[in-house]
Amino acid sequence: MSLLQVKNLKKSFDDNVVLKDISLNVEKGEVLAIIGPSGSGKSTLLRCITDLEQEDSGEINFEGTFGLVFQNFNLFPHHSVMKNITNAPIRVQKRDKKEVFEHARKLLGQMGLSDKEDAYPCELSGGQQQRVSIARALAMNPDILFFDEPTSALDPELTGEILTVIKDLAAQHMTMVIVTHEMAFARNVADTIIFMDNGVIVEEGSPDEVFSSDNQRMKDFLGKFYD
Amino acid sequence: MMLSKVIELLLGGMVTSIEIFLLTLLFSLPLGLIVAGGRMSRFAPLRWLAKIYISIMRGTPLMLQLIVVFFAPYYVFGVNLSADYRFIAVIIAFTINYAAYFAEIYRGGIESINSGQYEAAQVLGYSKLETFFIIIMPQVIKVVLPSITNEVITLVKDTSLSFVIAIPEMFTVAKQIAASEASISALLVAGLFYYLFNMLVAFVMERVEARLDYYE
Ligand SMILES: Nc1ncnc2c1ncn2[C@@H]1O[C@H](COP(=O)(O)OP(=O)(O)OP(=O)(O)O)[C@@H](O)[C@H]1O
Ligand SMILES: [Mg+2]
Repeated sequence: MSLLQVKNLKKSFDDNVVLKDISLNVEKGEVLAIIGPSGSGKSTLLRCITDLEQEDSGEINFEGTFGLVFQNFNLFPHHSVMKNITNAPIRVQKRDKKEVFEHARKLLGQMGLSDKEDAYPCELSGGQQQRVSIARALAMNPDILFFDEPTSALDPELTGEILTVIKDLAAQHMTMVIVTHEMAFARNVADTIIFMDNGVIVEEGSPDEVFSSDNQRMKDFLGKFYD
Repeated sequence: MMLSKVIELLLGGMVTSIEIFLLTLLFSLPLGLIVAGGRMSRFAPLRWLAKIYISIMRGTPLMLQLIVVFFAPYYVFGVNLSADYRFIAVIIAFTINYAAYFAEIYRGGIESINSGQYEAAQVLGYSKLETFFIIIMPQVIKVVLPSITNEVITLVKDTSLSFVIAIPEMFTVAKQIAASEASISALLVAGLFYYLFNMLVAFVMERVEARLDYYE
């Protein structure tokens, strides 16, 4: 069985139907990229899956721990980098303090932030903050990691460092669902791409399939990026 | 009367002023949080109740509230309360008045926190209570501290209103001396004491603010 199954998901805000019958599966180790125009419902889909939003109908089957990386990081400004990463594993997951700290140091090393343990989020660049937030999510040992436009709040020159981190995670077979506007990156890192428009999945397949699709909406959307 | 005698009497009154000040803060700071909770509740009747309470407390003179709290048991309920009630009435009146102001300050602070903070906490598995006390409240305290400081400084001066129900705090004492001596020197000394008291309050609050300055 798939790690995550979404079946016939529907969601409206008042009379604005945002998700119209969305179904998808994510396998263990798979990297799924979700692309699509603004307002197509990508964030709402992630928010329903991660319980930040209540779906109107449909089924979400997932057993395990997930992490969510936000567009604007949402680090806790009053906690140091280390506390941001370790507090939930210790308090919520009741894990051993020493083990959690070791884990956090390993993750910070992986993110190239070993010297920032005691820094506060406001002392870091956007790219560094986003790497801390990825480390915070990973510290929970998630079975799946969701990203909602993890580079959209970053200056172009900082985008690359986050994309590299995500690529490294893909190489380690982390299961990930990534909403992104970075087409080249999606094509490069994803096993599967979903193109959403207007609350429906218009195209789904391997990057090559989706990017060479004859679907007019897909072509119009991609055209905007290549102009 | 010798100046030293005046100062001695005033210092006696000041002890009462400080008691009123400290007890009011002790009760009104937490009560304000509860009122703010009511004011932001999803349960409409509770929200309205808190709203009406706040608007009455802020919309009528504190001096009048003092008198009402002091005389209400007798005139409304016909109960004769002991002499101690005089002091208790002052604490009740100040507490319910200041709680209303603190509630609005807390509410502003809580509403200033980005919803992403709640969402990040939820995704990390924090309970509602943990989210409030570990993630939200520490940030709120930093945000509201300057406004709280303003209220605390006002409270120092407001303690003098207790004279309307003849509590022997510093201002009441100063007024009595001034009347019997036909001189305002006691009032001037009292003014100096209030000023020094507030210098101390400002100093302490500045230190607290500085301690919370480790992040933006
Ligand atoms: N909390 C909400 N209340 C009302 N409407 C909402 C809410 N959240 C999203 N919407 C609406 O749902 C639609 C889809 O929004 P969503 O954020 O899911 O799009 P998106 O694909 O993530 O867009 P973007 O690429 O701009 O992030 C939009 O029309 C938006 O206005
Ligand atoms: Mg979005």
